[in-house]
Amino acid sequence: MNREQLVEELKQQIIEQLNLQVQPADIVASDPLFNEGLGLDSIDALELIVLMQQKYRIKLANAEDGPKIFQSVDTMADFILANQTPQAG
Amino acid sequence: MSKELSGKYWINNAAKIGSNRAFRNQQILLEKPDLTTDEFLVALYREIGMEYPKWFKMDRLSKLGMLAAELVLGMPGGNLADPFGSAIVLANRHSSLDTDRKFVEQLKEIPSPAVFVYTLPNIVTGEISIRHGFKGEQAFFIDDLCPVDFMVNYVQTLFEEGNTHTCLFGWVDILGEQYNATLYSVSGVQEDSVHSIPFTSKNVYQYFDHEQGAVS
Repeated sequence: MNREQLVEELKQQIIEQLNLQVQPADIVASDPLFNEGLGLDSIDALELIVLMQQKYRIKLANAEDGPKIFQSVDTMADFILANQTPQAG
Repeated sequence: MSKELSGKYWINNAAKIGSNRAFRNQQILLEKPDLTTDEFLVALYREIGMEYPKWFKMDRLSKLGMLAAELVLGMPGGNLADPFGSAIVLANRHSSLDTDRKFVEQLKEIPSPAVFVYTLPNIVTGEISIRHGFKGEQAFFIDDLCPVDFMVNYVQTLFEEGNTHTCLFGWVDILGEQYNATLYSVSGVQEDSVHSIPFTSKNVYQYFDHEQGAVS
């Protein structure tokens, strides 16, 4: 899966995991996920951590890295590509 | 049947949702017998024009309670004159069992934090409070049958203590495909000569028991 495909898959996964009432095309990959962007909250942040673990088999080693990793769909995709093991996904 | 309690307070609006039908002040708003419970709740959400994306993230108990509250209170925005004097007193039979079961099922893998946060029945009172601005007393009781006498007494006591001026009051219960929400807005002011009825155990019972929430 290339980066573009991963970004599109992530948009769909986020919508399903968080029960968002938007379409994938409504999500701009570089827009912030929290506050002014999709308006996600702290529970959504936990759901994204679960998504990362369940779907991509990646555990966050440091909780402090969360805000950086989950800043946008783009940053999530970059983190997955940098940390995914070959058999995962 | 209950003893008659004071008539100093008034039920000004009432709503009933159950068996895939929704009523507001005895008028039917929606009837969709062929839908599942989940489908019916979404259909009702659309029917009343509710726009609150967070609703879709809630558990089914909160979804049901939020819809019933919306029918009773109307859209948020200035409909609570005194947030700190506005109470919520609810009850149900199955607590948060509907969501508890879902959470236990998820324990086989990685449970969802968004499901876990709803594994308490009184979360629905918090959701209603956030949406409509309630900042007064809150209580949630669990009993096999709606403890009408007890709840009416409880609400009257709140009123008589002087800090509570309006109360959202009633029953919100769901387990699987069985659900029932019957809510009333109660205050010391008779808001409407047609729909307002005295806040008595008899009237609460009658509305609760009647299929369409009719009162004499």
